[in-house]
Amino acid sequence: MQQATQTSQSNEPNFVAFRVADQEYCVDIMSVREIRGWTPVTTLPQAPDSVLGVINLRGSVVPILDFSVRLGLKSQNPTVDNVIIIVQVDSQTIGLLVDEVSEILSIEDDAIKPTPEVTYEGSEAFITGVITFDSRMIRLVDLSFIVLACPQPAPR
Amino acid sequence: MSNRDSIRDTFFQECEELLESLQEGLTAIDDDTADSETINSVFRAVHSIKGGAGAFGFDDLVSFAHEFETILDEIRNGRLDQPSSFADVLWKSADLLGDLVAAAAGGVAIETHRTSDLISKLVSLMPETSPNSNWEQEAEFQPLAFAFDDPLFSDTASEETTYKILFQPQDSMFENGNETAVLLRKLATLGEATIICDISQLPTFQILEPEKCYLSWMIELCSSASIEEIQDVFEFVEQDCDLKISSTQDALNDTSNAPEDPPPESNPPLQLINDNITQQHDVDGDELEQIPPTRAPAPARDASRANRSSDSKTAGAPATVRVDVERIDKLINLIGELVVNQAMLSQCHLDSELSADSDFVTGLDELKTLTRDVQDSVMAIRAQPVKSLFQRMARIVREASAATGKDVHLEISGELTEVDKTVLERLADPLTHMVRNAVDHGLETPEQRQISGKPTKGIIHLAAAHRSGRVVIDVSDDGAGINRARVLETAIRKNLISQNDNLSPEETDALLFLPGFSTVTEISNLSGRGVGMDVVRSAIRALGGRISINSEPGLGSTFSISLPLTLAVLDGMVVEVAQQKLVIPIAAIIETLLPNTNNFHSIGHQDVIFIRDTVIPVVDLGNILGFRPPLENLTKCVLILLESDLGVQFAVLVDAIHDQRQLVIKALEENYGEVAGAAAATILGDGRIALILDPNDRLFIGHRNAVTTDSRQIANG
Repeated sequence: MQQATQTSQSNEPNFVAFRVADQEYCVDIMSVREIRGWTPVTTLPQAPDSVLGVINLRGSVVPILDFSVRLGLKSQNPTVDNVIIIVQVDSQTIGLLVDEVSEILSIEDDAIKPTPEVTYEGSEAFITGVITFDSRMIRLVDLSFIVLACPQPAPR
Repeated sequence: MSNRDSIRDTFFQECEELLESLQEGLTAIDDDTADSETINSVFRAVHSIKGGAGAFGFDDLVSFAHEFETILDEIRNGRLDQPSSFADVLWKSADLLGDLVAAAAGGVAIETHRTSDLISKLVSLMPETSPNSNWEQEAEFQPLAFAFDDPLFSDTASEETTYKILFQPQDSMFENGNETAVLLRKLATLGEATIICDISQLPTFQILEPEKCYLSWMIELCSSASIEEIQDVFEFVEQDCDLKISSTQDALNDTSNAPEDPPPESNPPLQLINDNITQQHDVDGDELEQIPPTRAPAPARDASRANRSSDSKTAGAPATVRVDVERIDKLINLIGELVVNQAMLSQCHLDSELSADSDFVTGLDELKTLTRDVQDSVMAIRAQPVKSLFQRMARIVREASAATGKDVHLEISGELTEVDKTVLERLADPLTHMVRNAVDHGLETPEQRQISGKPTKGIIHLAAAHRSGRVVIDVSDDGAGINRARVLETAIRKNLISQNDNLSPEETDALLFLPGFSTVTEISNLSGRGVGMDVVRSAIRALGGRISINSEPGLGSTFSISLPLTLAVLDGMVVEVAQQKLVIPIAAIIETLLPNTNNFHSIGHQDVIFIRDTVIPVVDLGNILGFRPPLENLTKCVLILLESDLGVQFAVLVDAIHDQRQLVIKALEENYGEVAGAAAATILGDGRIALILDPNDRLFIGHRNAVTTDSRQIANG
C-alpha cells in the first residue's frame, strides 16, 4: 500500500486518486461517499460486463462497476486487496472496483490540462483532463459518463 | 414565502379530509340515514373549506362554497326538507367543490359555466322565505314566521325565552378567518333579536389596527331555541371569543313587550355588562332545578362543553399527528435494517452451536418477536382504510351512470379494510377504470334489464377484505356477464387468437386483458379507448397484485384484485442457483417437486414436464439468468412450479431450496435500473443481496409463449 501524502499545491484537498491496471485516475472528492474493501457481490442476470453485481451498503442496493472493464481493459478477478470507491452521481450511488486508492490530492484548477486528442477510443469520453506533476500523470474522470454503464433508473 | 407555502399545503391536506367527511355525510343523506350531527359535519366541512380558501384568495372556490354552504345551512336549520330528494345536486356540488379545490391546488381550471349552472341550481333550491338579509339590516331583523308554524317548534313556541348574550370576539377570531356578521345573522334566525354593538373600545382612526376586533355585541334574543342551539351558532368561534349566554326568565316580560327598545344604558362600559351577565348567570345556575325539564340539559351541556374543550387536548377527539410520508418511509427502511440485523444475529447463533436454552438464545428470540412487532406497527402507520378510495369511486359511478343513462346504485362493503398508502394511491387509476367498465360494459341498459326481468337499477358492488395476508378488492356488477361469444369473435378478428383455438370460459375471459382488446364497437366517451383492461392489469401487477375475472352469464361479473398488504415486505422462498441465492415470491409458487427422469420431455430445445396431464415448460434458471451453461442432468435439481399473474404456468429448475421467510423489499431501480428476471432485491440473513424473481418477466413468459403452439398441439393430439 502506498502512503497517502498530501501535496502542498493547494490548501483544500479536492481529488481522490486511485490506481487501476497501473494507471492513475482521480475523481472529485465531493462525489466520494466512502472507500471500502472488497465484499462478494450478487451477480445480476444479463448485466453488461462492466457491472460486477450489487452489494448491500447499509440497506441500499448498490451496483459495483469494474473500472478497468469500463476503461476497455481486461477484467480482474477481485480479491480482498481490491478497493471499492462508493461514489454518488446525481441521485445514484454506485461502487467502483479499483486496485487501490493512492492519494488525496489538492489540485489547482489551472493545473488540469485538457485531454490529449490521441486517447484510446471510448475512454476519452469520460476523461475530462489530465494532471501532471512529479513525472506522474493522473487522469481526471467524469463520473456521469461512468454511470452510463448502468441502465438508467426506471422513471417512477 | 415557504412558510406560506407550507400553510397552503396544510390547507389542501385538510381539504382532502374535509371533502372525505363531506362525501361521507352526503352518502348518509342519500340513504336518508343522516341525523343532525351528520348534516352539521357536512356543513362544517364546506364551511371550513370556504374559510381556508378565503384566506388564500381562491375566489372561485369561496364563491361556490358559499352558495353550497347556504343550502346546507338551510338543511341544517330544517328549512329544507328531505335533502335526499335533491341529493344529486348536492353530490354534483361536492364533486365541483372537490374539483375547485384541485384547481386551486394547481390543477385543471374549471369551466365557469359548470360553476354558474350549479349555483343557479342551488339557488333554485332555496326556500323562498329564507333570509337574504344584509349585514346592515341586522339590528332590525324580523323573526321568521315559519319558526312558529313548524310543528317541531309549535310545542315549545309558548316557552319562549329571552336570552342575553354577550359576544366579545378576541383578535384570534379574525386571524382564524371567522366573520362576526355571519354569526349574528345566524343568531337572528333563531328568533327576535335586538343586537346592540358596543363601540366604546373603538380607538381613534389613527391608532386603529384593522386586524383587531374592538367591537363587542350585546344581543337580546327572544327565541324558543334552547341554549345549546344558541351555543351551536358560536360553535366555531368558542375559542376565539368571550361568550356569555344567560336566559332570563324574569326579563321575559320586560323585553318581549318592547324588544325594539334599546336597553337602559345604551353604551355602558364593557366591564359593567360583563359583571352583570356573570352574576345573572350564576343566579341562573342556582335556579336551574326549578326550570322546566326541556331546558334542564342546558347547563349540563355547558359544563361538558367546557370539559371537552380542555379535554380535547388530552383525551377528547382521537389525537392525530401529521407526519411527512418521507419520515415514515425512512423509519420503515430502518426497521427493515433491524430485521436484517436480527436475522444475521440468528444466523450467527446457528453457526456458533450455542445451546438452545442459554439466556442468549432467549434474548434473541425476544428480539425477534419485538422486531416483528415493531415492523408490524410501523407498517400500520402507512396503512389507510380504502374508504377514501371507494368514496372517489362513488363519484366515478355517478358520472358514468349519467354519461350512459344507466341507473346505477353503488354498494360498498369492507371500506375500513386498511392498505398501504402507496398501494392505495396507485390503485386509484386502475380501479377507476374497472368501475367505469362495470357501468359501461358490465351493466345492461334499463330497457334490457327490464326485458330480462331485473330491476332497472343496476348494482355495482365494491368490496374490500383481508384474505390470507393480502387485500382483495372486488368490483362486481349484476349485469349480463361477459359475452364470451363476442369476446372470441373480437379476439379472432383482431388476430389475438386463431380460429381453431379451443378456449375454456376462463381463458376466454382472460382475453379481455390482452393489449388492444375492446369489445365495444363504437368508442364511447367513458371507456373503450382500447387501453382498457391490459393497462389495468399491468398497473395491478406493478403493485405485486393479481387480477382475475369471474363471470356468470346473465348474473354479472366480478373482477377481483388481490394485492399485497404492503409494498415493503414480501413472503418469499429462498432458493439457490449456481451458488447464487434467489428469492421466489410465495404468491407465485404453486408447488415444489422433485422430478424423476420419466417426467422430462423435450420439444426441440425446450424441456417440458408433464404434471397432471398438463405440459409445462421447464426453465433452467441458472442458464437463462446467465449464471452457467445449460444443465446436462435435470433430475438433480428441484422443480418449482410457478404461475404468472396472467395465469401462465412454468417450472423453474433450482439447485436447492433453503427456507421460506418474510423479506424486506429493496428497489433495484434506485441506483441501478431494471434487472432482467428480477422484480426487486432483498437482503438475506448474511447481509448479502438476493434478487427477487419476477415470474411475470419476459424472460420467463416469453419463453413460455415461444412454445405455446407446440404444447397445444401435444395436448390436443
